[in-house]
Amino acid sequence: MSTVAAHSVAEPSQLAKTIGGMLVATYAIIAILPLLWIFLTSFKTPTDSISYPPKIISESSVEGYVNLFTTRTRQTPEFLASLPPPQTWYERLVRSRNMVIAGPSKVVPRFINSIVIGFGSTFLAVCLGTIAAYAFSRFRVPLADDLLFFILSTRMMPPIAVAIPIYLMFRNLGLTDTKLGMILLYTAVNVSLAVWLLKGFIDEIPREYEEAAMVDGYSRLQAFFKVVLPQAITGIAATAIFCLIFAWNEYAFAVLLTSGDAQTMPPFIPFIIGEGGQDWPAVAAATTLFFLPILLFTVLLRRHLLRGITFGAVRK
Amino acid sequence: MSTLAERADARAPRRLAFRLSTMSDRAIAWLFITPSVLLLLAINIFPLLWTIQLSFTNYRANRPNAPLRYVGLDNYRDILSDPDVWHAMQATAHFVLWSIGLEMLIGFGLALLINRRFRAHSFWTTMILLPMMLSPAVVGNFWTFLLQPQIGLFNSVVAFFTGADPSSFQMIGDVALAPWAIVMVDVWMWTPYVMLICLAGLRSIPDYIYEAAEVDRASRWRQFWSITLPMVMPFLMLAILFRAIENFKMFDMVNLLTSGGPGSTTEVASITLKREAFEKWRTGYSSALAIILFVTVFGAANIYVRVLDRVKQR
Repeated sequence: MSTVAAHSVAEPSQLAKTIGGMLVATYAIIAILPLLWIFLTSFKTPTDSISYPPKIISESSVEGYVNLFTTRTRQTPEFLASLPPPQTWYERLVRSRNMVIAGPSKVVPRFINSIVIGFGSTFLAVCLGTIAAYAFSRFRVPLADDLLFFILSTRMMPPIAVAIPIYLMFRNLGLTDTKLGMILLYTAVNVSLAVWLLKGFIDEIPREYEEAAMVDGYSRLQAFFKVVLPQAITGIAATAIFCLIFAWNEYAFAVLLTSGDAQTMPPFIPFIIGEGGQDWPAVAAATTLFFLPILLFTVLLRRHLLRGITFGAVRK
Repeated sequence: MSTLAERADARAPRRLAFRLSTMSDRAIAWLFITPSVLLLLAINIFPLLWTIQLSFTNYRANRPNAPLRYVGLDNYRDILSDPDVWHAMQATAHFVLWSIGLEMLIGFGLALLINRRFRAHSFWTTMILLPMMLSPAVVGNFWTFLLQPQIGLFNSVVAFFTGADPSSFQMIGDVALAPWAIVMVDVWMWTPYVMLICLAGLRSIPDYIYEAAEVDRASRWRQFWSITLPMVMPFLMLAILFRAIENFKMFDMVNLLTSGGPGSTTEVASITLKREAFEKWRTGYSSALAIILFVTVFGAANIYVRVLDRVKQR
């Protein structure tokens, strides 16, 4: 890892470093620009968000967030005048657009679905993955390589290809558009990642620890729970975050297999519409809120990122 | 604090506890592996077998009560002689080749620069990594906003640098530009992925090799071609493998960015599959297409892994 001393002979010159730094920083700024733009858009008024030419600096407004969480109906000025004065700041904001709040939007239930399905499937996948990875790591399992490859190969199928029979299967079992169905499905997809990643992490824990514990009278299971699990906890946490990110971001299964009760955020966000097409400040607000946890996780995961995205094939 | 095992011990009836503690390693191994394998059998293998069976029928999922007829290899024959499918394969090939080519080029270049370890390099690396962690569907959705003529940020920036009129071109609506729009967004999103793998490759090269080359007075250029590139090659190939599998299956980002349009210019294989399966409801036909796609990915990945192993051994 980065503890390796910098090249003594091949150490780049100060000039080379500075040029390198400037080029990388330029790329990073260009790459981040679209994300910043979405963040800015979430604080614009609907009119400013679609102005031509695009406005960089505009009057800031939380209308996007208010629109995201509410449904509104347009009313005549006479009707609005007959209403009692608005009670809250957001009602006042909506009234100033000649509208009244008709009720909450579906964004909160969709967000809750994302959380329930994400955490449910992550928990199951990590539990199943940890014990399977331990078995593959420590015991001589017949056909272990074939089984591991079989587990990996399930990731090579295009999701739409699997979605056809799963759609039929869920329809027969009454699992269509249920959180349970989505949790089971995402668990199955994540378990392959969990097994491969966790096998790498457990391989790195010396066997001597368990063997010493077993000499002291622990059974194999006790050694697993009391010695191996605490040692593997960082790896388990990293794996869990990767599973969570997958479930959080998944779209193909979600759009084909859910329509209401179990719909998660990714299929919901593109359908946040206002009057006359997509309500961009509200879409940008939803996108911002949806991305925030991922930004946090990316920073937390930095050290294990490489492993996670290569199924543990590259470990630094 | 009692551990999980102690609590489990305390709760389990005496005899079960005894049985668990004396369980043989072989029994534990199977007990630990079976749940995962069963789940994968139920949710991956069983559906795959079902898809194979459906691919020989005329089944339509929107008419479950219609008589089921086995049509033999008809679906496969229809697919291989269907110009739309060949068109989709071409669109997929264009997308996969260009996106991976550009990602390798930019990603490897960035990795070489970051490996110079300038000040604050880890901060900038983290910044660069952000796009690949996001949801491809949500990314595709907001890029439709950025790529709008006139109001979109992208057209304005391009107009600013080239002097062209921002409403004179549309990345998504134009038949000639749309295939490049999906390549561009994919490159934006996944270059960091390639960069991260390349960086690991560069850091795996021990310093003494460069020192020896320096003693032999090999030029920097020569060092790059005879040391850096060959030693990073397995990593580059691994990155290509993962990206190729992912992009061959690409659905979410493209579905939201262009949904295959305009016309069918960006209709990659997975979008065709979705249209056949969930819009036209030709379940049998689309199952056959799914099998063809899966066999292609699986076969190509297997051959590729063999080549990769040979490169690693060198």
